[in-house]
Amino acid sequence: MRYLPLTQDDRQAMLAKVGAQSIDDLFVDVPEAARLNGAIPGLPMHASEMAVERHLSKLAARNLTAGQAPFFLGCGAYKHHVPASVDHIIQRGEFLTAYTPYQPEIAQGTLQMLFEFQTQVARLFGTEVANASMYDGSTACWEAIVMAGRVTKRSRAILSTGLHPHYVSVANTMAKFTGDTLVTGAPELTAEPDTDSLIEQIDDHTSCVVVQYPDILGRIGDLSKLAEAAHAKKALLIAVVTEPVALGAIKSPGEMGADIVVGEGQSLGVGLQFGGPYVGLFGCSQKLVRQMPGRLAGETVDAEGKRGYVLTLSTREQHIRREKATSNICTNSGLCALAFSIHMTLLGESGLRKLAALNHGRAVKAAEALTAIPGVELVNKSFFNEFTVKLPREARPVVRELAERGILAGVSLGRLYPAEDALGNGLVVAVTETAEAEDIQALADGLKEVLA
Amino acid sequence: MTRYFTEDHEWIDVDGTTATVGITDYAQGQLGDIVFVELPEEGKRFEKGDEAAVVESVKAASDVYSPVSGAVVELNSELEDTPALVNDDAEGDGWFFKIDLTDASELEGLMDEEKYSAFIAKL
Amino acid sequence: MSINQSGWRPEMGDAQGSNDAPTFTGNRALMLEEPLIFEIADNSTTGVDFAEEDMPASRLGGLERQSDIGLPGLSEPETVRHYTRLSRQNYAIDLGLFPLGSCTMKHNPRLNERMARLPGFADIHPLQPVDSVQGALECIHELAEWLVKLTNMSSVAMSPKAGAHGELCGILAIRAALEARGEQRDVVLVPESAHGTNPATAAFAGYKVQAIAVTPDGRVDLDKLKERLGPDVAAVMITNPNTCGLFERDMKAISDAVHEAGGYVYCDGANFNAIVGRVRPGDLGVDAMHINLHKTFSTPHGGGGPGSGPVVFSAALTPFAPLPFVEKRDDGFHLVEEETADEHHGQSFGRMVAFHGQMGMFTRALSYIMSHGADGLRQVAEDAVLNANYILRSLEDVLEAPFGKGPCMHEALFGDAGIAEGLSTLDIAKALIDEGYHPMTMYFPLVVHGAMLIEPTETESKADLDQFIGALRSVVERARAGDESLKGAPYHAPRRRLDETQAARKPVLVWQEPELAQAAE
Repeated sequence: MRYLPLTQDDRQAMLAKVGAQSIDDLFVDVPEAARLNGAIPGLPMHASEMAVERHLSKLAARNLTAGQAPFFLGCGAYKHHVPASVDHIIQRGEFLTAYTPYQPEIAQGTLQMLFEFQTQVARLFGTEVANASMYDGSTACWEAIVMAGRVTKRSRAILSTGLHPHYVSVANTMAKFTGDTLVTGAPELTAEPDTDSLIEQIDDHTSCVVVQYPDILGRIGDLSKLAEAAHAKKALLIAVVTEPVALGAIKSPGEMGADIVVGEGQSLGVGLQFGGPYVGLFGCSQKLVRQMPGRLAGETVDAEGKRGYVLTLSTREQHIRREKATSNICTNSGLCALAFSIHMTLLGESGLRKLAALNHGRAVKAAEALTAIPGVELVNKSFFNEFTVKLPREARPVVRELAERGILAGVSLGRLYPAEDALGNGLVVAVTETAEAEDIQALADGLKEVLA
Repeated sequence: MTRYFTEDHEWIDVDGTTATVGITDYAQGQLGDIVFVELPEEGKRFEKGDEAAVVESVKAASDVYSPVSGAVVELNSELEDTPALVNDDAEGDGWFFKIDLTDASELEGLMDEEKYSAFIAKL
Repeated sequence: MSINQSGWRPEMGDAQGSNDAPTFTGNRALMLEEPLIFEIADNSTTGVDFAEEDMPASRLGGLERQSDIGLPGLSEPETVRHYTRLSRQNYAIDLGLFPLGSCTMKHNPRLNERMARLPGFADIHPLQPVDSVQGALECIHELAEWLVKLTNMSSVAMSPKAGAHGELCGILAIRAALEARGEQRDVVLVPESAHGTNPATAAFAGYKVQAIAVTPDGRVDLDKLKERLGPDVAAVMITNPNTCGLFERDMKAISDAVHEAGGYVYCDGANFNAIVGRVRPGDLGVDAMHINLHKTFSTPHGGGGPGSGPVVFSAALTPFAPLPFVEKRDDGFHLVEEETADEHHGQSFGRMVAFHGQMGMFTRALSYIMSHGADGLRQVAEDAVLNANYILRSLEDVLEAPFGKGPCMHEALFGDAGIAEGLSTLDIAKALIDEGYHPMTMYFPLVVHGAMLIEPTETESKADLDQFIGALRSVVERARAGDESLKGAPYHAPRRRLDETQAARKPVLVWQEPELAQAAE
């Protein structure tokens, strides 16, 4: 077997060294009834590289990929061009096959990278600090809600109706067990996000207000008033960013007063990957840092006075604090954080701004092309690279029909909110730099035909 | 003023009805460099034995228990910026909080300095 | 106060002993110093080119960003060099034996990387119409079948993102099952030797955590456990093989006792590598167990993730498993989400993540599992256990093996008894760095003072094991003899011991321009 270096001779010599007759002697602690003799029945035997590759390639070929079709899906996962050097660097064995940097003397590569990542995320979000990553945006969002509960010692969280419904579901699942009260609801197809109604709901028991920016329908709301209203009641404002590229064009949540900013970092460096692995981003103010979940890299010096980095404030974490830890998170998304950071370094400020401008420009053009179709209305007053249109009929079958024609048209609100009939005609269309003019034209033509 | 010690390595100085609480020099030595002390809120009420504070070194976080019942009346705010005070002077400037004693009889079960020295000698 | 149980106190050591001839650059031949990107890059440089085109009027709602973000950029060659230089300051499996106990640092086959990057898996969106992703769903289904059969359990939840997230999944299913029975149980029992995520998970799910004692031979104390069981105990979380590297012989009896008392058995599957193909947790009465695909099934650790933690369930817990999941029907593969859950899966405890789990890890794990097959996986466990026992028996004359009477499973556990006064496990670990190895897991499990937990895995040759044993023996002999120079180790790494106290007392978590950083002080 190609992954196992021991030879039969080695095994015999080693068994002799440990004083065992056969390998079975080393499994004596397994009760008789639970021992298996021979390979588990009903499962295939080992296979060559070629055989495995052939099988998996066949499965892969049965999927319609984003690169094969005019592609307009978003809602928490976005198709962006990832430079070739990103994938080259993350496949270096010293990054790919390293462990969590618990031995800093021989993990400065990972630690310095995490310190740079934290700085990039904090600057993008407009927060003072950021951590070394979470699993994804949805779990980072719940962790932020729990953190707000610890900080304010309150347990009523108000979730914007514009928050991604899967993020709401994750929070609902967890809140059932922790006893937190969540105020939630489905969005309405209005031009503006639900800022005013959120402000009305804040009371003296509110731990936090959670608002997505831009929201699930692509709408961009000013967070300043919301932050003021939350702070007036000593509640925290949590902003959720599912499309970090947007922050190359619009103000950061931190600038507008958000106390905690979390997000999904998939857009930069990571790729679509059918939903995972992604990378959760988590930033907050310096004064809240001891309540923060997840790993943190920090700067220090070594015994010779040279600058270096270590994992720090570990007493918040499960391996030391056990049941009193701020979170149970252990493994996070290190390699995806690296991919995010490399992509961000390649872009730089000027590249990110150009990328954001290009996304927005293409989205505006697409919105114009789609709303030229009779019966198709734009919902949003404002948007970045994603907007919602109202179709003259239910959007879900329209999306399926277009997929059969080789066009991946967007995410129907019926898929995200199956119980909300009022949203059934809504279609969320994401347009990134990967959508060329001909793709936008193909979408407009296809939609026009299907609706005709 | 009398000083008492607990088996959990807290010390307590009693002056009238006000008691000052900290951790012992032995305890700080076991923890190594202290990097953070989490103090209770002023006004918070404790029963004897409640978790009252947390003292952190780089690789350990330890709960500090209130040796007596009562309400917290003062905190050592110096510790916020200078947790090293606990290493430098655990049984003096490195005190944690002051508490308004509700039941002086709770002191009876605690050790005096001599007994505590004998107690740690056996650890 | 409670005293630090593990005995771990970071010590800086001194700066003596570095006798390298100084260089102009600070570099040492292949060991290159590398500044932060913020010190070498600027806001106007970019390594990405974009098409120039006319932009329509902005529709950003008046929220255009006005100020600089502060994200310096580098050209592509500078970027490649920056990260390549950083990478060379890391230890990695690709460089050598990585004996971190309970972490299973085995070789990561490159075929898996190639498979995960097939556009048919890497370039599909989680919300595409399911008809357009049938191959991806089949891939998930195939891996699920393997996991169910390898464990002899009823079902598997694929969405948890890592081991600790899998633990949460299992505990939430248990809680949902208890609630469906109309029972309010509020305690989860966890052995003292458990991984820290176990108590953290139980607490995160709203449970009180109580410790179960461990016997002098390093296993759960069955009698004490039985005494503690009662109507308030929701679950027992047990790691098997446990964190001392031992098989819990009484596992079946433990499961029976817990079930009799109305509770559920959660098994932490972090150490499944020791028994895969030889023992099935389903035969031991387990109700839920997570499988770290990044341990047993060789998906790369990536410097701290991403992981993947599918959870296998017994028949009793299957109805409560989370959404979404893949179901095979006559007309193809379906993704059961909230909308269809009511008819098929109404008791599910809900959704744990935004999408369907770690697809990129599923493809890698399936590639690995198919490569080994049922026969190869059994050999994996056997070689992993043989390698660990070989280390145990080769070093027990110089290192205390607290549970070394019988064989160990996949990892060998030693304590610090016999090390000279003033020296510690930390010093041994740091000296191993100079010998060219990543240290073993140290100060864990907590039940052994100065613990050293060594997991070689099955992907080490005998020659590599022999060299590692020789290196560790040499370091331990120096530690027994009181060689004070160990306190300064490592001497030859990119950095000497780092000041963790300073890092924690005055946390610097992001870079600031020097003038700003100075002003802040």
